[in-house]
Amino acid sequence: MHNKPLSKIADDLVTKRVSSVELTQYYLDRVAQHQHLNAFITVDPEFSLAQAREADRRIQQGDVATLTGVPIAHKDIFCTKGMLTTCGSRILSNFVSPYDATVIDRLNQNGAVILGKTNMDEFAMGSSNETSYYGAVKNPWDHATVPGGSSGGSAAAVAARIAPAATGTDTGGSIRQPAAFCGITGFKPSYGQVSRYGMIAFASSLDQGGPITRSAADAALLLNVIAGFDARDSTSVQQPTPDFAAGLDGDIQGLRIGLPAQFFGEGLDNSVERVVRAALGEYEKLGATLIDIDLPNSALCVPCYYVLAPSEASSNLARYDGVRYGHRASDYGDLIDMYMKTRAEGFGGEVRRRIMIGTYALSAGYYDAYYLKAQQLRRLIAQDFEQAFEKCDVIMGPTTPTTAFAIGAKSDDPIAMYLNDIYTISVNLAGLPGISIPAGWDDAGKPVGLQIIGQYFDDAHVLNVAHRLQTATDWHQRAPVGAE
Amino acid sequence: MALDHHTVKNIARLARLQIDESNIDRYVSELSRILDFVEQMNQVDTAGVAPLAHPQGGRLRLREDVVTETDQREAFQKVAPEKEAGLYLVPKVIE
Repeated sequence: MHNKPLSKIADDLVTKRVSSVELTQYYLDRVAQHQHLNAFITVDPEFSLAQAREADRRIQQGDVATLTGVPIAHKDIFCTKGMLTTCGSRILSNFVSPYDATVIDRLNQNGAVILGKTNMDEFAMGSSNETSYYGAVKNPWDHATVPGGSSGGSAAAVAARIAPAATGTDTGGSIRQPAAFCGITGFKPSYGQVSRYGMIAFASSLDQGGPITRSAADAALLLNVIAGFDARDSTSVQQPTPDFAAGLDGDIQGLRIGLPAQFFGEGLDNSVERVVRAALGEYEKLGATLIDIDLPNSALCVPCYYVLAPSEASSNLARYDGVRYGHRASDYGDLIDMYMKTRAEGFGGEVRRRIMIGTYALSAGYYDAYYLKAQQLRRLIAQDFEQAFEKCDVIMGPTTPTTAFAIGAKSDDPIAMYLNDIYTISVNLAGLPGISIPAGWDDAGKPVGLQIIGQYFDDAHVLNVAHRLQTATDWHQRAPVGAE
Repeated sequence: MALDHHTVKNIARLARLQIDESNIDRYVSELSRILDFVEQMNQVDTAGVAPLAHPQGGRLRLREDVVTETDQREAFQKVAPEKEAGLYLVPKVIE
Protein backbone atom coordinates (compact mmCIF):
# COMPACT_ATOMS: atom_id res chain seq x y z
CA MET A 1 0.00 0.00 0.00
CA HIS A 2 2.54 2.58 1.14
CA ASN A 3 4.75 2.14 -1.91
CA LYS A 4 2.01 2.94 -4.41
CA PRO A 5 2.27 6.20 -6.36
CA LEU A 6 -0.24 8.92 -5.51
CA SER A 7 -2.11 8.36 -8.76
CA LYS A 8 -2.62 4.69 -7.84
CA ILE A 9 -3.73 5.54 -4.30
CA ALA A 10 -6.26 8.03 -5.70
CA ASP A 11 -7.43 5.40 -8.18
CA ASP A 12 -7.90 2.81 -5.41
CA LEU A 13 -10.07 5.32 -3.57
CA VAL A 14 -12.22 6.18 -6.59
CA THR A 15 -12.73 2.54 -7.51
CA LYS A 16 -13.52 1.84 -3.81
CA ARG A 17 -10.78 -0.77 -3.39
CA VAL A 18 -10.02 1.12 -0.19
CA SER A 19 -11.92 3.79 1.72
CA SER A 20 -10.35 7.03 2.87
CA VAL A 21 -11.07 6.05 6.47
CA GLU A 22 -9.19 2.75 6.01
CA LEU A 23 -6.33 4.48 4.23
CA THR A 24 -6.09 7.29 6.79
CA GLN A 25 -6.15 4.80 9.67
CA TYR A 26 -3.46 2.77 7.93
CA TYR A 27 -1.18 5.82 7.75
CA LEU A 28 -2.05 6.97 11.28
CA ASP A 29 -0.92 3.52 12.45
CA ARG A 30 2.31 3.86 10.49
CA VAL A 31 2.90 7.30 12.01
CA ALA A 32 2.47 5.76 15.48
CA GLN A 33 4.79 2.86 14.63
CA HIS A 34 7.50 5.30 13.53
CA GLN A 35 7.15 7.74 16.42
CA HIS A 36 10.85 7.39 17.19
CA LEU A 37 11.61 9.42 14.04
CA ASN A 38 9.89 12.44 15.67
CA ALA A 39 8.66 13.42 12.20
CA PHE A 40 5.39 14.91 13.45
CA ILE A 41 4.64 17.70 15.90
CA THR A 42 0.86 17.24 15.85
CA VAL A 43 -1.25 14.24 14.94
CA ASP A 44 -4.99 14.47 15.57
CA PRO A 45 -6.62 11.17 14.54
CA GLU A 46 -10.15 12.45 15.24
CA PHE A 47 -9.60 15.45 12.97
CA SER A 48 -8.05 13.34 10.19
CA LEU A 49 -10.69 10.61 10.37
CA ALA A 50 -13.52 13.17 10.26
CA GLN A 51 -12.00 14.52 7.04
CA ALA A 52 -11.65 10.96 5.75
CA ARG A 53 -15.32 10.23 6.44
CA GLU A 54 -16.25 13.39 4.53
CA ALA A 55 -14.01 12.28 1.64
CA ASP A 56 -15.70 8.87 1.59
CA ARG A 57 -19.08 10.59 1.45
CA ARG A 58 -17.87 12.64 -1.54
CA ILE A 59 -16.56 9.52 -3.25
CA GLN A 60 -19.92 7.77 -2.69
CA GLN A 61 -21.61 10.71 -4.38
CA GLY A 62 -19.16 10.68 -7.26
CA ASP A 63 -17.88 14.14 -6.31
CA VAL A 64 -14.23 13.25 -6.77
CA ALA A 65 -11.17 15.45 -7.38
CA THR A 66 -7.46 14.59 -7.85
CA LEU A 67 -6.59 13.82 -4.23
CA THR A 68 -9.98 13.19 -2.64
CA GLY A 69 -9.45 10.94 0.38
CA VAL A 70 -5.63 10.94 0.16
CA PRO A 71 -3.87 11.72 3.46
CA ILE A 72 -1.18 14.38 3.12
CA ALA A 73 1.22 15.54 5.84
CA HIS A 74 1.88 19.26 6.18
CA LYS A 75 4.91 21.11 7.34
CA ASP A 76 3.88 22.83 10.56
CA ILE A 77 4.43 26.21 8.88
CA PHE A 78 1.07 26.04 7.06
CA CYS A 79 -1.81 27.42 9.12
CA THR A 80 -4.54 24.85 9.70
CA LYS A 81 -7.84 25.96 11.13
CA GLY A 82 -8.64 23.92 14.22
CA MET A 83 -5.28 22.12 14.38
CA LEU A 84 -2.18 23.41 16.18
CA THR A 85 0.35 25.33 14.03
CA THR A 86 3.65 25.83 15.87
CA CYS A 87 6.21 26.56 13.15
CA GLY A 88 8.59 24.48 15.27
CA SER A 89 8.67 27.24 17.87
CA ARG A 90 7.81 27.65 21.53
CA ILE A 91 6.37 31.07 20.74
CA LEU A 92 3.55 29.41 18.75
CA SER A 93 3.31 26.34 20.99
CA ASN A 94 -0.35 27.12 21.77
CA PHE A 95 -1.38 28.65 18.44
CA VAL A 96 -4.50 27.32 16.75
CA SER A 97 -4.97 29.33 13.58
CA PRO A 98 -8.40 30.89 12.99
CA TYR A 99 -7.96 30.32 9.23
CA ASP A 100 -6.42 27.92 6.71
CA ALA A 101 -3.42 28.66 4.51
CA THR A 102 -4.36 28.74 0.82
CA VAL A 103 -2.37 25.53 0.25
CA ILE A 104 -4.42 23.81 2.98
CA ASP A 105 -7.65 25.38 1.75
CA ARG A 106 -7.10 24.08 -1.79
CA LEU A 107 -6.32 20.58 -0.56
CA ASN A 108 -9.40 20.67 1.68
CA GLN A 109 -11.56 21.75 -1.26
CA ASN A 110 -10.03 18.91 -3.24
CA GLY A 111 -11.02 16.46 -0.51
CA ALA A 112 -7.53 15.55 0.70
CA VAL A 113 -7.07 14.54 4.34
CA ILE A 114 -4.64 16.28 6.73
CA LEU A 115 -2.56 13.44 8.18
CA GLY A 116 -0.78 15.71 10.66
CA LYS A 117 1.71 18.52 11.02
CA THR A 118 5.36 17.70 10.49
CA ASN A 119 8.38 18.73 12.49
CA MET A 120 10.65 21.46 11.16
CA ASP A 121 13.47 23.77 12.11
CA GLU A 122 12.12 26.66 14.16
CA PHE A 123 10.59 29.21 11.75
CA ALA A 124 12.28 27.19 8.97
CA MET A 125 15.68 28.48 10.09
CA GLY A 126 17.97 25.52 9.86
CA SER A 127 19.34 22.79 7.63
CA SER A 128 19.15 19.84 10.00
CA ASN A 129 15.81 20.04 11.83
CA GLU A 130 17.81 20.39 15.06
CA THR A 131 16.55 23.91 15.82
CA SER A 132 12.98 22.66 16.38
CA TYR A 133 11.57 23.33 19.85
CA TYR A 134 10.01 19.87 19.49
CA GLY A 135 13.31 18.04 19.14
CA ALA A 136 15.45 16.72 16.32
CA VAL A 137 14.05 14.43 13.61
CA LYS A 138 15.88 11.23 12.70
CA ASN A 139 16.81 10.35 9.15
CA PRO A 140 15.00 7.08 8.27
CA TRP A 141 18.11 5.86 6.38
CA ASP A 142 20.35 6.22 9.43
CA HIS A 143 18.85 7.25 12.75
CA ALA A 144 22.13 8.79 13.91
CA THR A 145 21.99 11.36 11.10
CA VAL A 146 19.84 14.41 10.44
CA PRO A 147 17.06 14.36 7.84
CA GLY A 148 18.09 17.83 6.65
CA GLY A 149 15.96 20.89 7.07
CA SER A 150 14.06 22.88 7.45
CA SER A 151 11.31 20.58 6.10
CA GLY A 152 12.96 17.63 7.88
CA GLY A 153 9.79 16.10 9.31
CA SER A 154 8.02 16.11 5.95
CA ALA A 155 11.04 14.55 4.23
CA ALA A 156 11.49 11.88 6.91
CA ALA A 157 7.75 11.06 6.82
CA VAL A 158 7.72 10.57 3.05
CA ALA A 159 11.00 8.62 3.06
CA ALA A 160 9.74 6.28 5.82
CA ARG A 161 6.48 5.84 3.89
CA ILE A 162 4.44 7.08 6.84
CA ALA A 163 2.85 9.75 4.64
CA PRO A 164 2.00 9.26 0.94
CA ALA A 165 3.13 12.84 0.27
CA ALA A 166 3.82 16.03 2.17
CA THR A 167 4.13 19.76 1.79
CA GLY A 168 7.24 21.74 2.57
CA THR A 169 8.64 25.21 2.15
CA ASP A 170 11.95 26.29 0.70
CA THR A 171 13.66 29.60 1.48
CA GLY A 172 17.27 28.55 0.80
CA GLY A 173 16.96 24.82 0.16
CA SER A 174 14.51 23.66 2.82
CA ILE A 175 12.59 21.35 0.46
CA ARG A 176 15.48 20.18 -1.75
CA GLN A 177 18.17 19.59 0.89
CA PRO A 178 16.03 17.33 3.15
CA ALA A 179 14.71 15.55 0.05
CA ALA A 180 18.34 14.84 -0.93
CA PHE A 181 19.27 13.66 2.57
CA CYS A 182 16.21 11.39 2.78
CA GLY A 183 16.41 9.90 -0.73
CA ILE A 184 13.15 11.36 -2.01
CA THR A 185 11.85 14.02 -4.40
CA GLY A 186 11.42 17.63 -3.32
CA PHE A 187 10.30 20.41 -5.62
CA LYS A 188 10.62 24.12 -5.01
CA PRO A 189 8.38 25.82 -7.57
CA SER A 190 9.10 29.20 -9.16
CA TYR A 191 8.60 32.10 -6.77
CA GLY A 192 4.96 33.13 -7.12
CA GLN A 193 3.70 29.72 -8.26
CA VAL A 194 2.29 28.58 -4.89
CA SER A 195 0.47 31.02 -2.61
CA ARG A 196 2.27 32.10 0.54
CA TYR A 197 -1.00 33.10 2.24
CA GLY A 198 -1.17 31.42 5.63
CA MET A 199 2.34 30.03 5.21
CA ILE A 200 4.18 31.52 8.17
CA ALA A 201 6.68 34.03 6.82
CA PHE A 202 10.44 33.63 7.25
CA ALA A 203 11.97 35.62 4.35
CA SER A 204 9.12 36.74 2.15
CA SER A 205 11.09 37.39 -1.04
CA LEU A 206 12.53 33.86 -0.94
CA ASP A 207 9.88 31.61 0.69
CA GLN A 208 8.04 29.20 -1.58
CA GLY A 209 5.88 26.21 -0.73
CA GLY A 210 6.03 22.97 -2.67
CA PRO A 211 5.59 19.19 -2.70
CA ILE A 212 7.76 16.59 -0.96
CA THR A 213 7.02 13.22 -2.54
CA ARG A 214 8.50 9.93 -3.66
CA SER A 215 8.52 10.86 -7.34
CA ALA A 216 8.28 13.76 -9.75
CA ALA A 217 4.96 12.37 -10.99
CA ASP A 218 3.57 12.55 -7.44
CA ALA A 219 4.96 16.07 -7.10
CA ALA A 220 3.14 17.11 -10.28
CA LEU A 221 -0.18 15.76 -8.93
CA LEU A 222 0.19 17.58 -5.63
CA LEU A 223 1.37 20.76 -7.33
CA ASN A 224 -1.69 20.66 -9.59
CA VAL A 225 -3.82 21.09 -6.48
CA ILE A 226 -1.78 23.65 -4.54
CA ALA A 227 -0.42 25.91 -7.33
CA GLY A 228 -2.15 28.82 -8.96
CA PHE A 229 -3.05 32.44 -8.59
CA ASP A 230 -4.24 33.64 -5.20
CA ALA A 231 -5.42 37.21 -4.74
CA ARG A 232 -4.45 36.96 -1.06
CA ASP A 233 -0.73 36.80 -1.86
CA SER A 234 0.57 39.97 -3.50
CA THR A 235 3.46 38.00 -5.05
CA SER A 236 1.25 35.28 -6.51
CA VAL A 237 1.67 35.34 -10.27
CA GLN A 238 -1.51 35.98 -12.20
CA GLN A 239 -1.31 33.61 -15.13
CA PRO A 240 -2.96 30.33 -16.10
CA THR A 241 -1.61 27.32 -14.23
CA PRO A 242 -0.58 24.46 -16.50
CA ASP A 243 -1.39 20.81 -15.86
CA PHE A 244 1.96 19.82 -14.39
CA ALA A 245 1.26 16.13 -14.99
CA ALA A 246 0.39 16.50 -18.68
CA GLY A 247 3.92 16.92 -20.01
CA LEU A 248 5.73 14.49 -17.73
CA ASP A 249 6.48 11.98 -20.48
CA GLY A 250 7.72 14.57 -22.97
CA ASP A 251 10.82 13.56 -24.90
CA ILE A 252 14.12 15.00 -23.65
CA GLN A 253 16.16 14.06 -26.72
CA GLY A 254 18.53 16.96 -27.38
CA LEU A 255 18.03 18.49 -23.92
CA ARG A 256 20.96 20.77 -23.11
CA ILE A 257 22.04 20.31 -19.48
CA GLY A 258 24.25 23.03 -18.06
CA LEU A 259 26.78 21.99 -15.43
CA PRO A 260 28.06 24.99 -13.45
CA ALA A 261 31.75 24.76 -12.62
CA GLN A 262 30.88 26.25 -9.22
CA PHE A 263 28.71 23.24 -8.31
CA PHE A 264 31.54 20.75 -8.84
CA GLY A 265 34.43 22.51 -7.16
CA GLU A 266 36.07 22.59 -3.76
CA GLY A 267 33.91 21.41 -0.89
CA LEU A 268 32.03 18.76 -2.89
CA ASP A 269 32.35 15.31 -1.40
CA ASN A 270 34.05 12.90 -3.85
CA SER A 271 31.52 10.18 -3.43
CA VAL A 272 28.60 12.60 -3.96
CA GLU A 273 30.28 13.85 -7.14
CA ARG A 274 30.76 10.31 -8.44
CA VAL A 275 27.09 9.47 -7.87
CA VAL A 276 25.88 12.71 -9.46
CA ARG A 277 28.11 12.25 -12.53
CA ALA A 278 26.77 8.73 -12.94
CA ALA A 279 23.20 10.11 -12.88
CA LEU A 280 24.18 12.69 -15.49
CA GLY A 281 25.43 9.77 -17.57
CA GLU A 282 21.89 8.37 -17.46
CA TYR A 283 20.64 11.64 -18.93
CA GLU A 284 23.16 11.32 -21.75
CA LYS A 285 21.74 7.85 -22.45
CA LEU A 286 18.32 9.51 -22.70
CA GLY A 287 19.67 11.81 -25.42
CA ALA A 288 20.69 14.87 -23.43
CA THR A 289 23.96 16.73 -23.86
CA LEU A 290 26.09 18.08 -21.05
CA ILE A 291 27.45 21.61 -21.37
CA ASP A 292 29.88 23.36 -19.04
CA ILE A 293 28.52 26.66 -17.81
CA ASP A 294 29.58 29.35 -15.39
CA LEU A 295 27.65 30.96 -12.53
CA PRO A 296 30.50 33.21 -11.36
CA ASN A 297 28.66 34.93 -8.51
CA SER A 298 26.94 31.87 -7.10
CA ALA A 299 29.91 31.14 -4.81
CA LEU A 300 28.82 34.20 -2.86
CA CYS A 301 25.17 33.20 -2.60
CA VAL A 302 25.56 32.07 1.02
CA PRO A 303 26.91 35.40 2.35
CA CYS A 304 24.29 37.23 0.26
CA TYR A 305 21.51 35.04 1.65
CA TYR A 306 22.69 35.40 5.25
CA VAL A 307 22.12 39.13 4.97
CA LEU A 308 18.83 39.11 3.06
CA ALA A 309 17.05 36.25 4.82
CA PRO A 310 17.82 37.41 8.40
CA SER A 311 16.89 40.98 7.44
CA GLU A 312 13.50 39.90 6.17
CA ALA A 313 13.13 37.55 9.13
CA SER A 314 13.88 40.24 11.70
CA SER A 315 11.06 42.27 10.19
CA ASN A 316 8.62 39.35 9.77
CA LEU A 317 9.21 38.01 13.28
CA ALA A 318 8.56 41.40 14.88
CA ARG A 319 4.90 40.32 14.95
CA TYR A 320 5.51 37.83 17.77
CA ASP A 321 4.95 40.15 20.69
CA GLY A 322 2.82 38.10 23.08
CA VAL A 323 -0.16 40.40 22.56
CA ARG A 324 -2.46 38.86 19.95
CA TYR A 325 -1.54 35.17 19.93
CA GLY A 326 1.13 32.73 20.98
CA HIS A 327 3.29 32.48 24.07
CA ARG A 328 3.50 35.36 26.55
CA ALA A 329 6.05 35.44 29.38
CA SER A 330 4.39 34.86 32.73
CA ASP A 331 6.36 37.40 34.70
CA TYR A 332 7.03 40.92 33.40
CA GLY A 333 7.02 44.60 34.28
CA ASP A 334 6.16 47.19 31.64
CA LEU A 335 5.20 46.64 28.00
CA ILE A 336 8.77 46.65 26.65
CA ASP A 337 9.79 44.19 29.35
CA MET A 338 6.87 41.96 28.33
CA TYR A 339 8.01 42.00 24.69
CA MET A 340 11.62 41.32 25.57
CA LYS A 341 10.93 38.45 27.95
CA THR A 342 8.24 36.92 25.75
CA ARG A 343 10.55 36.90 22.72
CA ALA A 344 13.60 35.71 24.66
CA GLU A 345 11.60 32.80 26.06
CA GLY A 346 9.71 32.08 22.86
CA PHE A 347 12.54 31.99 20.32
CA GLY A 348 15.38 29.46 20.25
CA GLY A 349 19.07 30.23 19.74
CA GLU A 350 19.24 30.15 15.95
CA VAL A 351 16.13 32.31 15.53
CA ARG A 352 17.46 34.85 18.05
CA ARG A 353 20.80 34.89 16.23
CA ARG A 354 19.17 35.59 12.88
CA ILE A 355 16.89 38.28 14.28
CA MET A 356 19.96 39.98 15.74
CA ILE A 357 21.90 39.79 12.45
CA GLY A 358 18.93 41.09 10.48
CA THR A 359 18.27 43.90 12.93
CA TYR A 360 21.91 44.93 12.68
CA ALA A 361 21.99 44.75 8.86
CA LEU A 362 18.93 46.97 8.64
CA SER A 363 19.97 49.43 11.34
CA ALA A 364 20.92 53.04 10.64
CA GLY A 365 24.41 53.37 9.19
CA TYR A 366 24.76 49.72 8.12
CA TYR A 367 21.92 49.35 5.61
CA ASP A 368 24.03 50.19 2.53
CA ALA A 369 26.99 48.02 3.57
CA TYR A 370 24.88 44.93 4.15
CA TYR A 371 21.30 44.94 2.91
CA LEU A 372 21.78 47.08 -0.19
CA LYS A 373 25.05 45.34 -1.06
CA ALA A 374 23.34 41.95 -0.77
CA GLN A 375 20.47 43.08 -3.02
CA GLN A 376 22.96 44.21 -5.66
CA LEU A 377 24.74 40.88 -5.47
CA ARG A 378 21.36 39.19 -5.72
CA ARG A 379 20.82 40.85 -9.09
CA LEU A 380 24.21 39.64 -10.34
CA ILE A 381 23.41 36.09 -9.20
CA ALA A 382 20.04 36.24 -11.01
CA GLN A 383 21.73 37.60 -14.14
CA ASP A 384 24.26 34.75 -14.09
CA PHE A 385 21.35 32.34 -14.43
CA GLU A 386 19.78 34.35 -17.25
CA GLN A 387 23.05 34.23 -19.18
CA ALA A 388 23.55 30.53 -18.47
CA PHE A 389 20.08 29.73 -19.81
CA GLU A 390 21.10 31.17 -23.18
CA LYS A 391 23.34 28.10 -23.53
CA CYS A 392 21.28 25.40 -21.83
CA ASP A 393 17.69 24.34 -21.07
CA VAL A 394 18.16 23.17 -17.50
CA ILE A 395 21.00 23.30 -14.98
CA MET A 396 22.05 20.28 -12.95
CA GLY A 397 24.40 19.44 -10.13
CA PRO A 398 24.46 17.96 -6.67
CA THR A 399 21.75 19.25 -4.31
CA THR A 400 24.16 19.27 -1.38
CA PRO A 401 27.95 19.08 -1.00
CA THR A 402 27.71 16.05 1.33
CA THR A 403 25.16 13.44 2.32
CA ALA A 404 23.34 13.53 5.68
CA PHE A 405 25.65 14.34 8.60
CA ALA A 406 25.46 13.13 12.19
CA ILE A 407 22.98 14.69 14.60
CA GLY A 408 24.95 17.26 16.60
CA ALA A 409 27.87 17.43 14.15
CA LYS A 410 27.25 21.00 13.02
CA SER A 411 24.81 22.38 15.56
CA ASP A 412 27.47 24.50 17.30
CA ASP A 413 28.88 25.99 14.11
CA PRO A 414 26.32 28.20 12.32
CA ILE A 415 28.53 28.91 9.30
CA ALA A 416 29.34 25.23 8.66
CA MET A 417 25.58 24.64 8.83
CA TYR A 418 24.83 27.51 6.41
CA LEU A 419 27.29 26.11 3.82
CA ASN A 420 25.06 23.06 3.43
CA ASP A 421 22.84 25.15 1.21
CA ILE A 422 25.57 26.43 -1.10
CA TYR A 423 24.03 24.80 -4.22
CA THR A 424 20.40 25.54 -3.39
CA ILE A 425 20.38 29.15 -2.13
CA SER A 426 21.14 30.86 -5.46
CA VAL A 427 17.97 29.29 -6.89
CA ASN A 428 15.84 31.07 -4.26
CA LEU A 429 17.68 34.35 -4.79
CA ALA A 430 16.76 34.15 -8.50
CA GLY A 431 13.24 32.80 -7.84
CA LEU A 432 13.73 29.78 -10.12
CA PRO A 433 12.14 26.32 -9.92
CA GLY A 434 14.41 23.59 -8.57
CA ILE A 435 13.95 19.94 -7.76
CA SER A 436 16.03 17.38 -5.91
CA ILE A 437 15.61 13.77 -6.99
CA PRO A 438 17.33 10.62 -5.76
CA ALA A 439 20.49 9.85 -7.75
CA GLY A 440 21.84 6.85 -5.86
CA TRP A 441 23.85 6.30 -2.68
CA ASP A 442 27.27 7.34 -1.44
CA ASP A 443 29.93 4.90 -0.20
CA ALA A 444 28.31 4.83 3.25
CA GLY A 445 24.89 3.95 1.80
CA LYS A 446 23.36 7.37 2.30
CA PRO A 447 21.13 8.90 -0.38
CA VAL A 448 22.51 11.47 -2.81
CA GLY A 449 20.31 14.12 -4.44
CA LEU A 450 20.55 15.46 -7.98
CA GLN A 451 19.33 19.03 -8.36
CA ILE A 452 17.63 20.20 -11.54
CA ILE A 453 17.10 23.93 -11.98
CA GLY A 454 14.80 25.41 -14.61
CA GLN A 455 13.98 28.80 -16.02
CA TYR A 456 11.45 31.03 -14.28
CA PHE A 457 7.97 29.46 -14.54
CA ASP A 458 9.34 26.50 -16.51
CA ASP A 459 8.21 24.30 -13.60
CA ALA A 460 6.41 21.75 -15.77
CA HIS A 461 9.58 21.21 -17.80
CA VAL A 462 11.67 20.63 -14.66
CA LEU A 463 9.16 17.99 -13.54
CA ASN A 464 9.25 16.43 -17.02
CA VAL A 465 13.06 16.19 -16.97
CA ALA A 466 13.01 14.70 -13.46
CA HIS A 467 10.28 12.23 -14.36
CA ARG A 468 12.18 10.95 -17.39
CA LEU A 469 15.09 9.90 -15.19
CA GLN A 470 12.63 8.23 -12.82
CA THR A 471 11.15 6.19 -15.66
CA ALA A 472 14.66 5.02 -16.65
CA THR A 473 15.96 4.28 -13.13
CA ASP A 474 14.52 2.96 -9.87
CA TRP A 475 16.52 4.96 -7.31
CA HIS A 476 13.39 6.81 -6.20
CA GLN A 477 11.59 3.55 -5.42
CA ARG A 478 14.01 2.28 -2.80
CA ALA A 479 12.86 2.65 0.77
CA PRO A 480 15.05 2.70 3.89
CA VAL A 481 15.27 -0.43 6.03
CA GLY A 482 12.19 -0.69 8.23
CA ALA A 483 10.01 1.25 5.81
CA GLU A 484 9.73 -1.20 2.94
CA MET B 1 33.39 43.44 11.52
CA ALA B 2 33.89 42.90 15.23
CA LEU B 3 30.95 44.00 17.33
CA ASP B 4 31.36 45.29 20.86
CA HIS B 5 29.25 44.74 23.97
CA HIS B 6 27.47 48.04 23.60
CA THR B 7 26.42 47.32 19.99
CA VAL B 8 25.15 43.85 20.84
CA LYS B 9 23.05 45.23 23.69
CA ASN B 10 21.70 47.91 21.39
CA ILE B 11 20.75 45.38 18.68
CA ALA B 12 19.01 43.23 21.28
CA ARG B 13 17.08 46.24 22.50
CA LEU B 14 16.04 47.18 18.95
CA ALA B 15 15.00 43.55 18.32
CA ARG B 16 13.12 43.43 21.64
CA LEU B 17 15.09 40.41 22.81
CA GLN B 18 16.19 40.16 26.40
CA ILE B 19 19.71 38.79 26.69
CA ASP B 20 21.52 37.98 29.89
CA GLU B 21 24.76 39.84 30.62
CA SER B 22 26.44 36.44 30.88
CA ASN B 23 25.55 35.64 27.25
CA ILE B 24 26.77 38.87 25.69
CA ASP B 25 30.30 37.57 25.08
CA ARG B 26 28.91 34.63 23.17
CA TYR B 27 26.71 36.91 21.04
CA VAL B 28 29.65 39.21 20.38
CA SER B 29 31.75 36.36 19.02
CA GLU B 30 29.00 34.53 17.11
CA LEU B 31 27.57 37.63 15.45
CA SER B 32 31.04 38.97 14.63
CA ARG B 33 31.93 35.68 12.94
CA ILE B 34 28.75 35.78 10.85
CA LEU B 35 29.40 39.40 9.86
CA ASP B 36 32.97 38.52 8.86
CA PHE B 37 31.56 35.71 6.78
CA VAL B 38 28.95 37.82 4.97
CA GLU B 39 31.54 40.51 4.24
CA GLN B 40 32.91 38.17 1.56
CA MET B 41 30.29 39.99 -0.51
CA ASN B 42 32.83 42.80 -0.82
CA GLN B 43 34.90 40.62 -3.16
CA VAL B 44 32.45 41.62 -5.88
CA ASP B 45 32.30 45.14 -7.21
CA THR B 46 28.63 46.05 -7.34
CA ALA B 47 29.03 49.75 -8.09
CA GLY B 48 26.14 50.88 -10.28
CA VAL B 49 24.21 47.58 -9.98
CA ALA B 50 20.52 48.14 -9.30
CA PRO B 51 19.42 46.30 -6.16
CA LEU B 52 17.06 43.33 -6.62
CA ALA B 53 14.57 43.15 -3.77
CA HIS B 54 12.49 40.39 -5.19
CA PRO B 55 12.58 37.79 -8.00
CA GLN B 56 9.77 39.59 -9.79
CA GLY B 57 11.76 42.82 -9.77
CA GLY B 58 9.63 44.63 -7.24
CA ARG B 59 6.50 45.13 -9.33
CA LEU B 60 3.80 44.03 -6.94
CA ARG B 61 0.13 43.77 -7.78
CA LEU B 62 -2.21 46.13 -5.97
CA ARG B 63 -5.77 45.23 -5.14
CA GLU B 64 -8.82 47.44 -5.33
CA ASP B 65 -9.18 49.53 -2.19
CA VAL B 66 -12.46 47.96 -1.11
CA VAL B 67 -13.50 46.01 1.96
CA THR B 68 -13.27 42.27 1.29
CA GLU B 69 -12.97 40.80 4.78
CA THR B 70 -15.73 40.38 7.29
CA ASP B 71 -15.38 41.10 10.99
CA GLN B 72 -13.80 38.09 12.68
CA ARG B 73 -12.75 39.71 15.92
CA GLU B 74 -14.03 36.89 18.08
CA ALA B 75 -12.27 34.19 16.09
CA PHE B 76 -9.01 36.11 16.11
CA GLN B 77 -9.19 37.01 19.79
CA LYS B 78 -9.88 33.45 20.83
CA VAL B 79 -6.13 32.77 20.66
CA ALA B 80 -5.02 35.95 22.48
CA PRO B 81 -3.03 35.50 25.73
CA GLU B 82 -5.07 38.12 27.61
CA LYS B 83 -8.20 39.98 26.54
CA GLU B 84 -11.23 41.67 28.01
CA ALA B 85 -14.38 43.13 26.44
CA GLY B 86 -13.02 42.59 22.92
CA LEU B 87 -9.72 44.30 23.68
CA TYR B 88 -6.19 42.94 23.96
CA LEU B 89 -4.68 43.50 27.40
CA VAL B 90 -1.10 44.71 27.85
CA PRO B 91 0.72 46.38 30.76
CA LYS B 92 -0.31 49.98 31.30
CA VAL B 93 1.46 52.33 28.84
CA ILE B 94 -0.18 55.66 29.74
CA GLU B 95 -0.36 56.94 33.31
